[in-house]
Amino acid sequence: MALKRPSGRKANEMRPMIAKVGVVPNADGSAIFGFGNTIAIAAVYGPRQLHPQHMQDPSTGILRVNYDLLSFSVSDRKKPGPSRRSQEISKVLEWALLPVVNIKEFPNTVVDVQIYIPQADASTRVAGINAAAMALAHAGIPMRDLVSAVSIGKLDKDLVVDVDKEEEDFEEGEGATDFPLAKVSNSDEFTLLQLDGKIQPDKIKEALKMGAEACKEIYEVQKKALKEFMK
Amino acid sequence: MSVMDVSNLTKDFMRKLFSEGKRFDGRGLLDLNDVSIEYGVSNKAEGSARVKIGKTEVIAGVKLAVGTPYPDSPDSGNLIVSGDLLPLASPRFELGPPGFLGIEIPRLVDRMIRESGILEWEKLVIKAKEKVWTIYIDLYPLNDDGSLTDAASIACLAALRDATMPALDKEGNIDYEKKTKEKLPLKRDIIPLSFTFYKIGNSILLHPTREEEEACDTKVTFGLSMWKDDLMINSCQKGWETTFTLDEINTIIDALPGKYEELSKTLNKALK
Repeated sequence: MALKRPSGRKANEMRPMIAKVGVVPNADGSAIFGFGNTIAIAAVYGPRQLHPQHMQDPSTGILRVNYDLLSFSVSDRKKPGPSRRSQEISKVLEWALLPVVNIKEFPNTVVDVQIYIPQADASTRVAGINAAAMALAHAGIPMRDLVSAVSIGKLDKDLVVDVDKEEEDFEEGEGATDFPLAKVSNSDEFTLLQLDGKIQPDKIKEALKMGAEACKEIYEVQKKALKEFMK
Repeated sequence: MSVMDVSNLTKDFMRKLFSEGKRFDGRGLLDLNDVSIEYGVSNKAEGSARVKIGKTEVIAGVKLAVGTPYPDSPDSGNLIVSGDLLPLASPRFELGPPGFLGIEIPRLVDRMIRESGILEWEKLVIKAKEKVWTIYIDLYPLNDDGSLTDAASIACLAALRDATMPALDKEGNIDYEKKTKEKLPLKRDIIPLSFTFYKIGNSILLHPTREEEEACDTKVTFGLSMWKDDLMINSCQKGWETTFTLDEINTIIDALPGKYEELSKTLNKALK
C-alpha cells in the first residue's frame, strides 16, 4: 500500500514543531506551540479571585478555557467572536487539561487559559492543548504531569500523524478521518478524544498507539522549551 | 420530583453497586434501556418523531427550506442541527441562551448524521450552485432522565426517515400546505446510531438514568454506522473531567459492534 501524503511526509512523521514559553509578558504563564503552519498561542492568568463572587467555589478553584481562531487565521475570514464551534472546543480543551491540574489547591479562585490561533493549517485544537499545558507549567500551577496532544488522520485506509488542511480535505476511497487526541504525557490516560469521519473500530486501536508514540515526541519538545526558559 | 442534586450518600452507594455489576433497575452495566419511537409529533413539520429511552423523551422535527449552498459545497444541500433544553423537561433546565449541553448535543448529533453519509447531498440541489434544500433538525427533550445524547440521535434519525418533501410552486417558492409523497432523499440502508459510555470509578455504563449519569465522572460518545459491510465509527467525543485509560477505551471499542447490532435490530421495525 503506497501512501502518498500530499506533503510527502511519512505516515508517522509530524510537521516540524516549534515551542517556546514566556511569549506574553503580562501573563502569569504563556507559550507558543506550532505544528508546521499551525500556530497556537496560550496565556494563563491566575489563580486569581473569581468574580462575580457567587461563582466562587470554596471546595476548589475553577479552570476556565477559551479557544478561538483569529479572524485572519483561515482562508475565508472568520467572523470575530465566539461561535458554537469555538464554545464546544473551549469546553473539550478545558476537560483535556483539567485532569493534570491540581486546581483543588486554590479554593475560590479561577485560572483562565486563553488560547488563540493566529495561523491555521488544521490540528489547531491539539496545538492549542500543547501550548496551554506549557503555559500552565510556566505559570507555576501545580500539575501532576503535562498533557500532549496530536491529531491522527485516516486518508482512505491509511493512518497518518499530525493532519494538515490538505489531508483534512482528502476525499478518495473511505475519505478523511480526523481523530484529535490528548493524553497525560507520562501515563496511558487519554484526556481528549474527538473524531469525524469513517474509521473501523480496530483502526482506532492502532490510531491510539500511533498517537501515544507521537505524544512522546511532543512531550520532549514541550519539556525542552520549559527547561530552556528555566536556564 | 425533587430539584436536589444526587446526594453523596447515593453516589457512594451507586459506586459500590456498580463495582458489583448491579444497578437500581436490575439492568447489567452495559444493558440498554427500553427504546421506542413514535411519529406525528407535529403535522406542520416535514418529519417528526418522539423517542423514549427509559423515562427520557426527546422530540425531533425536520423543517425544509430553500436556501443557497455554502461556497465550499456548491453542489450539495445544507444540514443545520440545533436544539434547546426546554425548562419544560427538567427542573435543571433554564430559559435563556443555550448552555453548553444545549450546544454539545446538537453538534454531536450533527456530526454523527453528517459523517455517516446517510444524506444524499446532491439530490438536495434544486438549481446547481444557486438553490438547494436546507434541512433544519431541531431537538427538544420533553423529559430528561439521562442519556439525552443517545435519545436525541435516534430522534433525529427517525424524524429524517419520516420526512417528506413539501411542494414547490412555479416560482420555486415552497407551499408548505401541499405535501408531496416524495421522501427526503436518504440512503435507507445507512442507520447512524450513537452510544455514550459513562465511567464511574472503574465501571462503565450505557443508557444511564439521570441519577446514575449524575454520579459518573466522565463519558465518551461514539457515532456508528455500516458502510459497505464495515462497521464504521463516524464520530467520537470524550466529555467531562477525568480520563479514560487505553485499556478502558479498548474495552469500549470491543463492545461497539455488539451494541450496534442489538440496537439496530430493536429499531429496525420501528424505523419508517
